[in-house]
Amino acid sequence: MSVLRFDCRFTYPAGFHLNFTFAAEGGVTALVGPSGSGKTTVLHLIAGLLTPQAGTISLRCKVLFDSKQCVNLRPEQRGVGYVFQDYQLFPHLNVEQNLRYGQRRTRKTGVDFDKIVSILELADFLRRPPHSLSGGQKQRVAVGRALLRSPQLLLLDEPLSALDPSLRAAVADHLVKAIEEFHIPTLLVSHDRESIDWLAHTTISLNQTNSGA
Amino acid sequence: MFLTLAEWQAVRLTLLVAIVAVLASLPLAVALGWLLAKRNFPGKFLVDTIINLPLVLPPVVTGYLLLVTFGRQGYIGSFLERAFDVRYVFDWKGAALASAVVAFPLFVRPIRLAFSAIDDRLVQAARTLGARPLDAFWSILLPLARPGILSGSLLAFARSMGEFGATIMIAGNIPGETRTMSLLIYTQLDTPGGMEQSVRLVVASIVIAAVALAAGELLERYGRRRLQGPEFQKAAA
Repeated sequence: MSVLRFDCRFTYPAGFHLNFTFAAEGGVTALVGPSGSGKTTVLHLIAGLLTPQAGTISLRCKVLFDSKQCVNLRPEQRGVGYVFQDYQLFPHLNVEQNLRYGQRRTRKTGVDFDKIVSILELADFLRRPPHSLSGGQKQRVAVGRALLRSPQLLLLDEPLSALDPSLRAAVADHLVKAIEEFHIPTLLVSHDRESIDWLAHTTISLNQTNSGA
Repeated sequence: MFLTLAEWQAVRLTLLVAIVAVLASLPLAVALGWLLAKRNFPGKFLVDTIINLPLVLPPVVTGYLLLVTFGRQGYIGSFLERAFDVRYVFDWKGAALASAVVAFPLFVRPIRLAFSAIDDRLVQAARTLGARPLDAFWSILLPLARPGILSGSLLAFARSMGEFGATIMIAGNIPGETRTMSLLIYTQLDTPGGMEQSVRLVVASIVIAAVALAAGELLERYGRRRLQGPEFQKAAA
């Protein structure tokens, strides 16, 4: 049985349509496509940050969105972790407070704080503010923060593209370790072939099913 | 420099009026600042215009409108007096109301700018981490808007300190009751030798305003440094 089933139509304010259907299994699935093809929109629709005009989105047995049954779970109800392309760490909180933000708002205890800190090697800068971190460190904090909410699905938006080429392999290694340790199904979007080769087990192309305008 | 008893009373009353005006209007200023910065709704232009109206209206006209509304014969004033025994006319609360209304546009503007500057994706991130909308407001938006809220509070405080026209219309000029520093300076200037007398209050006004602004500037810098780091401060400079 698929972990994620997605079949939605979304119309952008400019009038363009995104029609896309796919099913993702466990492991890491990469959604690939050129810039502007709607990859990030798909992640936003799954996370509940955008609402499709029609269709269904289900995660395991849970219906996240169903236009016919008028189901539209709010982002905080979906159990989906989202790592933004530019991390979006909270600037007024230190690293530890960022990490614990989601953990404090869930009753699930699947992911242990100390384990995350250890796997992602965050122990040395738990007290530091986000602005003092490098890109790779910020990425690891953002991933740790999303995982500590014990999500049923992890969404990664261009996880390595904002990083210096010298850092990519190391951060990819951390990502793979964390995802494998907690067995969290992951959907990532990227236009970068190298990132996909490092991280993904299966690939879905957005071009094949997106009907465009 | 020693102030007379009447001058001390005026200083105390001015501070009380300014502090009450700021604290009482703070929740509304934050709510409207957020609403205007982050939401689109029918009538937004009208709300924006009404908020900014005291900035362009002569304070005496604002005072007249307050008197009509909150006076003993006014719709709101008569209700408040009947229901809660609260009186604004010829009372220090009227001075606080006048100060709050006149200073309100200056209060809302920095708060609105502060909310506008916050990336909406931070709230989206908070929502995906389990925060409900109100939780995200308290835990993310409000702390990040704090420098703007502080800035607005200080501007409103400084404006309240100097309020004259609307205050004299609704609260009058009663010694020890509603006579603020501005009103006392005005009264002193109307008496023989008043020019020399008023120097003490003028200096006191300048000192209080300067201390308030300097304290605000320091707090604001501290807040920004915490949020954005020293690198940003250097770049901004």
